Amino acid sequence: MIAQDKFFWLIGGIAAILLMASIAGWLLGLRIKSENGRAVVDNLNARVQAWWIMVVVFAVAFLLGKVATIVLFALVSFFALREFLTLTPTRASDYRALSLAFYVLIPVQYYLIGIEWYALFSIFIPVYGFLLLPSLSALTQDVEHFLERSAKIQWGIMVTIYCISHVPALLLLDIPGYAGQNALLLFYMLLVVQMSDVLQYVFGKIFVGRTKIAPVVSPSKTVEGFIGGAVGATLIGAGMWWITPFTPLQAAGMSFITVLMGFLGGLVLSAVKRSLGAKDWGTMIKGHGGMMDRMDSVSFAAPIFFHLTRYFFTP
Amino acid sequence: MWLSKLLIGLVRILVGASPRWIGSTPSQAQRIYFANHSSHIDTVALWSALPPNLRARTRPVAAADYWDRDAIRRYVAVKGFNAVFIERTHADSSADPLQPLFEALEHGDSLIIFPEGTRHMHALPGPFKAGLFHLAARFPDVELVPVYLENLHRCMPKGTVFPVPLICTVRFGAALSRIANESKTAFLERVREAVVGLA
Repeated sequence: MIAQDKFFWLIGGIAAILLMASIAGWLLGLRIKSENGRAVVDNLNARVQAWWIMVVVFAVAFLLGKVATIVLFALVSFFALREFLTLTPTRASDYRALSLAFYVLIPVQYYLIGIEWYALFSIFIPVYGFLLLPSLSALTQDVEHFLERSAKIQWGIMVTIYCISHVPALLLLDIPGYAGQNALLLFYMLLVVQMSDVLQYVFGKIFVGRTKIAPVVSPSKTVEGFIGGAVGATLIGAGMWWITPFTPLQAAGMSFITVLMGFLGGLVLSAVKRSLGAKDWGTMIKGHGGMMDRMDSVSFAAPIFFHLTRYFFTP
Repeated sequence: MWLSKLLIGLVRILVGASPRWIGSTPSQAQRIYFANHSSHIDTVALWSALPPNLRARTRPVAAADYWDRDAIRRYVAVKGFNAVFIERTHADSSADPLQPLFEALEHGDSLIIFPEGTRHMHALPGPFKAGLFHLAARFPDVELVPVYLENLHRCMPKGTVFPVPLICTVRFGAALSRIANESKTAFLERVREAVVGLA
């Protein structure tokens, strides 16, 4: 099967799942009348609707090609960083550092993916960004909470730009026997992470979720939900091996690690969010919260997925 | 108008400017929206948070010494957001600086004004100037709607020309009641408190 055919099978499959979810949501809406139940069903339907939009946006970008995909993720980083810094107490003296982050670091980081300059892509933010951002803030001579402010900005930039940019960076890997199909690998990684999130939510909420893993950080995460979601998403990932350069067993292993990292990403960013005093990152995606509420698990899974693939599957 | 669409699009991408109608709802009633003022994008941010049909009948009040200073700014202010200019410097002491605002209200338009008169780089507004009191006295039937612009003081600190993207919400409060024979000081304090109450 050629890449194009695999892509349409993939999109067809996702559309079928979403269609089932939409119908299920509609039927639940007809049956459930209690006040509490209604709120859950409304949120579920809002989430499904947002999924439709997200899948269409991603599919269109992939069909348009590499540049569109890179631009799409640059925008994701932009909106994610905007949410992160909105919740972060910065001061007027951070203006230059923030401008650098939005108007220089984002475009350059994604441009480096576009021109396939891997070496600079991998160190640009951790080295150059790390050193230059606090320099700009220091020049304004505002020392109040200097370390806290700098550290928070650095954190936001690492997660929202550096980590998320590893999703489209999958396009620059040269995997033997897989030329021209890297977009599928990108889709695969996102699918595994998001299926894991969805299944954890479903198993936790609708079936058996009782034992909370970390009630302070993330009240919705339960042991039952995690196990169900992890096993389910790993099986789905293994079953989708045919769109990847992996064997079924390798696909299962990669999926499992991806799921694990995604879970940790959700947990850590939930802790960050709470330490900043918020429940949701934003309101951009109806039913889900903000961009970062949807990308938290991706931001942790993408760099590890990228480096494992690069280490084991490229010469 | 393409320029209005461009300004609104730019403001939405940079700061979101999504409305929260807390104490009032969008309405065709003639209104004066008054808000805290901390950056140059406040005007367009508040204006673009209004639904399009109300936006068409709502004119922001802009300082003539800034927005009417050169041809480009004048073009942006007049064509871009349909501004009413107000003179902050009283060169001609015989003319009432509020006259253009009276005319806009008599014409049936709603207004957006920033009663502090200038930008304050803090989360909370500074003291209000008397203009709003005179407008309210002369047009007792126009609703006075307090608005709080959140976060914009962080987006564009004084002396900077381009905003840093941070999400700003535009909160619309309940229209103020009128109190007969209220003194100017009491009125200005009350309307300022209404904005502060939304912060």
